[in-house]
Amino acid sequence: MSMRIGVVTFPGSLDDRDAQRAVRIAGAEPVALWHADSDLRGVDGVILPGGFSYGDYLRCGAIARFSAVMDSVVKAAGDGMPVLGICNGFQILCEAHLLPGALTRNEHLHFRNRDQWLRIESTGSAWTAGYEAGQEILIPVKNGEGRYVADGRTLDELEGSGRIVARYVRGNPNGSQRDIAAISNEAGNVVGIMPHPEHAVEALTGPSVDGLGFFTSVLAHLGAHA
Amino acid sequence: MARVVVDVMLKPEILDPQGQAVAGALPRLGIGDVRSVRIGRHIEIEFEGEPDLDRAREIADKLLANPVIEDFTVRVEEYEEADQ
Repeated sequence: MSMRIGVVTFPGSLDDRDAQRAVRIAGAEPVALWHADSDLRGVDGVILPGGFSYGDYLRCGAIARFSAVMDSVVKAAGDGMPVLGICNGFQILCEAHLLPGALTRNEHLHFRNRDQWLRIESTGSAWTAGYEAGQEILIPVKNGEGRYVADGRTLDELEGSGRIVARYVRGNPNGSQRDIAAISNEAGNVVGIMPHPEHAVEALTGPSVDGLGFFTSVLAHLGAHA
Repeated sequence: MARVVVDVMLKPEILDPQGQAVAGALPRLGIGDVRSVRIGRHIEIEFEGEPDLDRAREIADKLLANPVIEDFTVRVEEYEEADQ
C-alpha cells in the first residue's frame, strides 16, 4: 500500500494542488484535508501548503493556527508525524509554536518571486534525509513576508543543534536572519521552508526537479520507520 | 460606555521596514526632523457586558499579538455612545 500524505486546504490556500501533485510524482497518495475538519484521515504525513490562509489577516498564519485541523496536526506532530509547512505553511507552524521564531515583512518590502538557490544544511530531518549535506538546489521562492527572525539565543540553538535545514545562497531574497530558508523542530519531523519545493518537481513546470527530494525523503523516512 | 483597547507594536529590536518606508517618505512632505517611525496595530474590543481586561489580555496574548516579535498594551477606554 502506498504512503498517504495529507495536504491541508485553508480558505486562501494556493499551492495545495501543486503539493498534492508533488506527493503523487514522488510515489505516494495525496489526501485532501480540510481546515474545518479535525480528521486527518489516517495519513502518514501532513503538508501545510503555501498561499494566504484567511487572507493573511492579522498576521500570516495567525488565524489558521486556530482552525480545527491544526489541533490534530499539532498533536500528530508531537507524536512524531512528519509535517512540512511551505511558505504560508511555515508561517502557520511558527504561529502554532511547532517551530520557533516568526516570519516578517521582507526587509526591502518587495514581494520576491524568482528561482532561488538554497544549500541543504541538514539531512537529519524527515524531509531532507535524501539530500546530501551541502547540496545546492534551485527552487522557486515567492513571498512578501518571508524574513525569518528569532532572538539570538534561539538562532544559536538552531545553529548548534543542526536545525537550520536550508539556507539561501547566492543572494538572500528577503533579509532572513542568518540566511535561513528552512528550519526543523528538535525531533526533525516538523520542517518549515519558505521557498517552494513543490514547484520544482518536474522539468516541464519547474526550474529544476530539485524540490522532489523533500517528498521522496519523507517517504523513505516513513518506510524506514514503518 | 467603555471598551478595551489593545495596542500591538513590534518589539524595539525587530526591524520595521514598513515604518522605515513611511519615514523615508516624510522628506517629500517637507518634514526633515523625524528620527524614526514605527507602525503597529490598534484594536478595539467591545464585550457584551463590562470590559474585561483579563480576558482582553488573554485574547491579545493568544491571537492579536505574536509574543515572539510583538509587545502589546491593554487599557479600558471610555467613549460616548454617539461615537459609534
